[in-house]
Amino acid sequence: MLRYIGKRFLLILPTIFVPLIMVFLLLRLSPGDPAGMILGDQATAEQIAALRAELGLNEPLGVQFVIWLKNIVTLDLGNSLFFRDPVVEIIPRYAGVTVGLATIALVLAILIAVIAGSFSALKRNSIVDRSIVTTTVLGISVPEFWFALILVFVFAVTLRWLPVAGYTPPSAGIIAWGTSIALPALALGIRQSALMTRMMRSSMLDVLGEPYITTARAQGLPEHVVIGRYAMKTAAIPVVTVVGLSAGYMLGGTVAIEIIFALPGLGRLLVEAVARRDFPVVEGGVLAISLILAALNLIIDIIYAIIDPRIRYK
Amino acid sequence: MTSSISSNILVVEDLSLSLKSGKTVLPIITNVSFSVSKGESVALVGESGCGKSITASAILGLPPENAVVTGSIWLNGIEISKLDKQGRRKLCGQKIGFIFQEPMTALHPTLTIGRQLTDTLRLHLGLSKRAAMDRAAELLDRVGIPRPREILKGYVHELSGGMRQRVMIALAISCGPELVIADEPTTALDVTIQAQVLDLLDEMRAELGLAMVFITHDLEVVGDHCDRAVVMYAGDVIEYGSSQDVVSSPSHPYTVGLIDATPANNEDRDRLVPIPGTVPPVGHWPSGCRFAPRCSLSDDHCRSRPEFMKANVTDIRCWHPDGRVSQ
Amino acid sequence: MNAHTNVEAAPLLAVSSLSKRFGDVNAVRNVSFEIERGKTFGLVGESGSGKSTVARLVLRLLEPTTGAVHFDGQDIGLLNASKLRSERQHMQMIFQDPYGSLNPRMTVEEIIAEPMLVHNLGTVKDRKATAERLIGEVGLPKSSLSRYPHEFSGGQRQRIAVARALSTRPTFIVADEPVSALDVSVQAQVLNLMCDLRDQYQTTMLFISHDLRVVQFMCDVIAVMYLGQIVEQGPRQRIYEVPSHPYTRALLSSAPGTDRDKRTVLEGEIPSAHNVPKGCAFCTRCPIAENICRERAPQTTQVEDGHSVACHFA
Repeated sequence: MLRYIGKRFLLILPTIFVPLIMVFLLLRLSPGDPAGMILGDQATAEQIAALRAELGLNEPLGVQFVIWLKNIVTLDLGNSLFFRDPVVEIIPRYAGVTVGLATIALVLAILIAVIAGSFSALKRNSIVDRSIVTTTVLGISVPEFWFALILVFVFAVTLRWLPVAGYTPPSAGIIAWGTSIALPALALGIRQSALMTRMMRSSMLDVLGEPYITTARAQGLPEHVVIGRYAMKTAAIPVVTVVGLSAGYMLGGTVAIEIIFALPGLGRLLVEAVARRDFPVVEGGVLAISLILAALNLIIDIIYAIIDPRIRYK
Repeated sequence: MTSSISSNILVVEDLSLSLKSGKTVLPIITNVSFSVSKGESVALVGESGCGKSITASAILGLPPENAVVTGSIWLNGIEISKLDKQGRRKLCGQKIGFIFQEPMTALHPTLTIGRQLTDTLRLHLGLSKRAAMDRAAELLDRVGIPRPREILKGYVHELSGGMRQRVMIALAISCGPELVIADEPTTALDVTIQAQVLDLLDEMRAELGLAMVFITHDLEVVGDHCDRAVVMYAGDVIEYGSSQDVVSSPSHPYTVGLIDATPANNEDRDRLVPIPGTVPPVGHWPSGCRFAPRCSLSDDHCRSRPEFMKANVTDIRCWHPDGRVSQ
Repeated sequence: MNAHTNVEAAPLLAVSSLSKRFGDVNAVRNVSFEIERGKTFGLVGESGSGKSTVARLVLRLLEPTTGAVHFDGQDIGLLNASKLRSERQHMQMIFQDPYGSLNPRMTVEEIIAEPMLVHNLGTVKDRKATAERLIGEVGLPKSSLSRYPHEFSGGQRQRIAVARALSTRPTFIVADEPVSALDVSVQAQVLNLMCDLRDQYQTTMLFISHDLRVVQFMCDVIAVMYLGQIVEQGPRQRIYEVPSHPYTRALLSSAPGTDRDKRTVLEGEIPSAHNVPKGCAFCTRCPIAENICRERAPQTTQVEDGHSVACHFA
């Protein structure tokens, strides 16, 4: 098991560095002078030269890369050109919001999917099953931002149960945090949830037809054990595979959601940093997202190995 | 019949099962009757689609969802066919053990073997986790699995075919059942392993006094390992008797044909004698005698459904118990 | 065929010292045999014995690690791709699975005519005529030609597979467990059919099965395989009357229908091909094994004309 985890860990390193290298190259190789781009049209030649020196842009590309790599590894990401604070301090403040949002969205999505998908499979061809399937089609076809607006209209504007936008940190109380993040999480999770529900349903249907389920019944195990333990254990495997993809997708989706709900998250920070040409923050943001994704994939791989012992040996 | 109900472990009487889909009702098995006493092994023999496995599922109380079951099933003097679904489920694993053909798919792929065994043991015998583990290890040892403690921690994919089937047998006998139903338990195994598993089943049956329903398509296995044989064709029982009699002096034209069609072990023949035609598709049985369209003896009589008649040494559902076409 | 008339007396197929490794698995080890023209050669063995690998090596669907296959006097290992292709019309194969081996999207006529099409034999009209003749010869009505495989039962599909194999009038057919998936009454029909057509077309056949009863019925010469090796080989009557290898004896006596007191039930499992026992591969399960068997692999010796055994005690 440890060897398996070690192997997985080595495999995720490229997933962290490839996007970073792309950002490095994008910044350096884009037409025009980065320092000029950062400082804008009004900058004087001296200002540009000073910034070039500060960013180390006068060195050859290879040397720049080595310096850049060393800085990344030592977590010296420089200062934000806009906030003037060190990037390593800015990023975690925003990343926390995003990770919280995505986690809640993911948990909601999985919960809904497992319950609705299993139920749908168990009541195959019933009215409940058909309405669940129809709902998932809707869920898959509707884009997040549109769904977000509907949610805001229903729960915030009409019913006035939840705030329209804005963010309350967990330090101000878990409930307050929860109400501020409920609608964004739902909006973010719904589409993935619909996908996962369909996957859960078809996976559960397959598993229910397996001989080992008949064996479990023939052993006299009560139906809730047969479904809850014997069927769920294998039916969940394909869903876990999708969770990794869904999580990645959600991190991307947070950009729109954070803007709509005015949440101070990583997605919004990144968009704004690009607009402000705050390149150290862009690099830091990409690094953070890569790290989060890599960690997530590692966790999923480990969960995968725990629930399916067959793959540890491959 | 009442006396046989009390002296037998299993009595199946007039069991019929049909499958309903929409407005059509397909008869799958019709008027199946047989009994099994303590320590006895009764074979349900027939080719695929004859209804032998679905008979087993009806005895277990786990027929397909759209099945309509009639007739009665008695287990040790109790008419279990009258019990509700939960009552039936409680008997499974406890009073009735079940062994499947393909142990690779019949055992859970991602739960440990120990977990599967102890789940059953704890449910029916109320054992603690530890006691159940100990009992599970004893069971594995009993069915000839080396290093049982290690195997309990492992998974089915780590075992060979023969070992898997031994685990399946351990599971079936784990709670001391009165009846074990084995559905083609050795069909998926290699010949030399098949012999081992068949011997193990015989041994378990003798030692635990199990009544056994042995489902197979192989008449030669029946002759070796079963006391009595019930031959099925197209959802009907068409012949029954002692397994020796059924194998060596069968009277129903189908059983005769089946034995003639088997490439025999010690005989030199240039041609086999097949049964003409094919088994009709499941549920679309011919009216009257269901074997008539493939039978060389069939005549006008065979348009109506035959009752059981005494033939040479067995009983057959056939209008021609003397084996001759009537004049 | 005319080019090879000088070798008419020679065996049609000669396999010499054939071995095949897959990674660290020795699937086939030093297998040699010959098949005379017009004879049927049976390969018997349990799962993992390597019999199906031999079939694929013989047809050069797999490349052997060492050893050679001579077909009609030619070393097929030396043929280039186009020569091999044209030689293949003389060798056809019938598979075990009547459900998987026929393309579900082709009509029966297309299936039967396909090998002729591949080898560019005859005109469209000829191929149609051949398909019509063959479907009758395998005992199916002409109307079957326009139907699809899923409309047929297992036995009928295997008849179609036989018709397809015969369409190029091959001199050699490899049948890999052709009746294992069929019920006894249907199995007898297909076996009879294969016998009749073999005699009618004077086809040489390599017949692979785990079922001793079937092999006894079909074959003139039989080779018994265990863990990648041929342990005994000889004329059918001799193998069944005086089996000389302890494995052959056990195999024959394990078959259902053998008198109980005459049975030898082998202990233990077939070892994994990853881990073939030292010395004689059968020594771990052999009832008569001595020290020498665990140390030295036995040579293959002739016990009588055409009957050879690989055992220290034969």
